[in-house]
Amino acid sequence: MGLDMALWQEITVSVFLVVAGIFGLVGSFGLLKLPDPMTRLHAPTKATTLGVGGVLIASMLYFIFAKGQISFHELMITLFLFLTAPITAHFLAKANLHTNVNRADVPPPVGDRPWAGYESDDARRIAEGESTPGA
Amino acid sequence: MILTYALIFTTGCFALGLLMNLWRVVNAPGVPDRILALDTMVINFIAILVLYGIIEGTAVYFEASILIAMVGFISTVAYARFMLRGNIIE
Repeated sequence: MGLDMALWQEITVSVFLVVAGIFGLVGSFGLLKLPDPMTRLHAPTKATTLGVGGVLIASMLYFIFAKGQISFHELMITLFLFLTAPITAHFLAKANLHTNVNRADVPPPVGDRPWAGYESDDARRIAEGESTPGA
Repeated sequence: MILTYALIFTTGCFALGLLMNLWRVVNAPGVPDRILALDTMVINFIAILVLYGIIEGTAVYFEASILIAMVGFISTVAYARFMLRGNIIE
């Protein structure tokens, strides 16, 4: 494990690992500590994702330094996680908005139509001029 | 030598994070928080799996990581959609 690596290479990989570990810990701690559901969305979707990104960068550097081979699996995982984290956050925020937030507390939208999450499917189809399903 | 300590430290951090998430899953104030804790558990587990790959020095665990990332994302979306709409496939 890392015996055939130069000192600066070990230090580089270690710095990435330690920073990633701290970010991951902060993300998980924020999930416990932050006061209300919407702020709790921030910690795991930002800090923990960054932590995993750091671990993946460290892994990539390790396999380049120690084995001399470039592996693209980490890039794929990073890309996938960084694409899916905002989508997850969006879905959970929307679920939160529907279950925990009073409809009257949401700021009013501009125009006639309600916010997209609150509009029923039929009302949306009529407003956008689409045909109804099955018609 | 430095790398060994760094690996131990990072694995400890993510393991502690997993325990915090487990605590959150068991007693969460609401259903969205529980789903969020499960999603964070998946992300932390991917980190631990990659770290284990570094410790063992093999690249076998990356395929497992990709699969777990995909399954985690789809399950989170399915949970959130089930909360919103009451069913998953309409």
